[in-house]
Amino acid sequence: MRVVIEPGLASANYWRDLWRYRELLYFLAWRDLVVRYKQTVIGVVWALLRPGLTLAAFVAFRRLVGAGRSDAPEPVLVMAALLPWQFFSSALLEASNSLIGNANLLSKVYFPRLIIPLAAVTTALADFAITLVLLGVLMLVYAIAPSPAVLLMPVFILEAFALAVGGGLWLAALNVRYRDFRYIVPFVIQMSLFVSPIAFTIADVPERFRAIFALNPLVGIIEGFRWAILGVTPNVPAVVSSMVITVVVLAIGIYYFRGTERSFADVV
Amino acid sequence: MSEPIVVAERVGKRYRIQHQRDRQPYVALRDVLTQAVGQPRAWWRARRRQHLACEDFWALKDVTFRVAAGEVVGIIGRNGAGKSTLLKVLSRITEPTTGRLVLDGRVASLLEVGTGFHPELTGRENIYLNGAILGMSRAEIVRKFDEIVAFAEIETFLDTPVKRYSSGMYVRLAFAVAAHLEPEILIVDEVLSVGDAEFQKKCLGKMHEVSRGGRTVLFVSHVMPAVQSLCTRAIWLERGAIAADGDVDAAIHRYLSHSPAGAADGPAGQVRIGDELTLDSFEMSPNPVETGGRVDFALRLQAMQPARVEHLALLFHSIQELRVAIVDLREAGAPRTLSAGETWALGGSIAALPLVEGDYRVGLGVGTTAYAGDHLGLIDLRVAPRHRPGGHVPYAAPYRGVVELDYQLRS
Repeated sequence: MRVVIEPGLASANYWRDLWRYRELLYFLAWRDLVVRYKQTVIGVVWALLRPGLTLAAFVAFRRLVGAGRSDAPEPVLVMAALLPWQFFSSALLEASNSLIGNANLLSKVYFPRLIIPLAAVTTALADFAITLVLLGVLMLVYAIAPSPAVLLMPVFILEAFALAVGGGLWLAALNVRYRDFRYIVPFVIQMSLFVSPIAFTIADVPERFRAIFALNPLVGIIEGFRWAILGVTPNVPAVVSSMVITVVVLAIGIYYFRGTERSFADVV
Repeated sequence: MSEPIVVAERVGKRYRIQHQRDRQPYVALRDVLTQAVGQPRAWWRARRRQHLACEDFWALKDVTFRVAAGEVVGIIGRNGAGKSTLLKVLSRITEPTTGRLVLDGRVASLLEVGTGFHPELTGRENIYLNGAILGMSRAEIVRKFDEIVAFAEIETFLDTPVKRYSSGMYVRLAFAVAAHLEPEILIVDEVLSVGDAEFQKKCLGKMHEVSRGGRTVLFVSHVMPAVQSLCTRAIWLERGAIAADGDVDAAIHRYLSHSPAGAADGPAGQVRIGDELTLDSFEMSPNPVETGGRVDFALRLQAMQPARVEHLALLFHSIQELRVAIVDLREAGAPRTLSAGETWALGGSIAALPLVEGDYRVGLGVGTTAYAGDHLGLIDLRVAPRHRPGGHVPYAAPYRGVVELDYQLRS
């Protein structure tokens, strides 16, 4: 193996290196998971408790404000939206803090830096897998058989993953330079809870606002999840626009990250 | 010389130093925004001025060398000479600003043992994690697992979280993982400065084994005997440039006998010590001093805020960074409570300085109720050879150690 190091040429073998270091990705994600579950007393229970309580709060909220009727049982309807949102938000938060949290690695060892935010998102994906169990239980309770559309679920999981990676790369790189993104990201995530159709559906949104509403890529992902789980007809324009936006966010994220990556070790 | 495995051509690395009060390289977006929005014109002017106020600092310049496969090269030089920067560039942690490097093989760097260790994970888990971080594949780690455990001597603690390890065990495990890497090019920074004597010997043995195995090793150390015993060749870096490159003994000799240009007779200005104190002046005279001669010292501390000084000592280090001696200054009145703005001047003398000729660095160890820290290398103290009429020509200084004993012979 021959490596040439020149100013601005660090990228020559980048994608090949990324592939070579795939095991590191696995180990970093595994480390974060193991450590998380070792440090918290209730461990896995926590991964179930959080969405469970949020779900209860949202369902109660729906009842209180008397949101529009739904064809599907409310808990399943809300859960189908809560799952991708929770995955996306924790993935984004962890990815954006990942570079700073691993500063000692950045300044001591070489590996493609993309691995670090990717590992953070992968960790969140593992948590997501655990919460899927909760959804399964709910579906059993309400006797909902998955429709054939459930085969589309991986597509939307992949989309949520890509969106979290895109946004996470961008924010992680910005966080290295501007430390106050640490405060901005939780706020953005909090806002995203209100502008995503979790307690309601896109059908509850007045017709004329739907196009603007669908600019939030989470809307399309949530629509997709409801489609996959409940078999309800999705809002196709929202799903398509969300996919386009996801690709754009991912491209910008990678581009920005790759552009600033080489100065991480000097700045962090 | 066989095919070079490492080729460095005119490699340079520039850092921008900003002359700001706090030198944090990252900034608060808040400050940038409030300034830009609040006073756009002032902000723009400040931005341009700041650009001018940036000073270029070349940590490396025009570094050119070749290393043949199987060579073991020591990289020596005083702190800040660019050794670590060179290693960081070689191991691709940071990018060079100019020049070109070609590495013909897998590179692994051991810049600090235990990088990436997680205190909550067990020894077993950390072996896998650390191995992956250093670039080993899982299959490779599995294959060498037993060997690593045996080398680190931690069999019984394999499933204990490393936060419960003694520092010795921790270092042993970290070195063991790193030592079992099998790259074509191994970059080692100062790993031998840790652990007890027994373990250091073992590390040295392992390094010998590695180098005999035909691997190329770049080895940075302040421990000259280690460099001498491991390396066949040494590169001496001084202020970012190569000052000597060649036979290890010759390079080390030149390095040790080199007088640093503009050696500090004492700190140029105030030195901050924690949040409470500044060191306003610190002097030793005469400098150079002759072996066995009298040397006087004086220093003045000032309190920026009320402080209680409990510990104070002069620290003498050899240029190999070995602590040679201290002068305990507590007898001069510690613990002493200083009110804000109050100064404390103290001094004394060493009647006969028993140090072999060479360069030493004198620092200050300070402890208050709120702070404890060693400020090393504040003064470069040069000790000149003692004149001894007649007799034998003395052996070379490195051969004689550090202490010049006052002894009588009978015959």
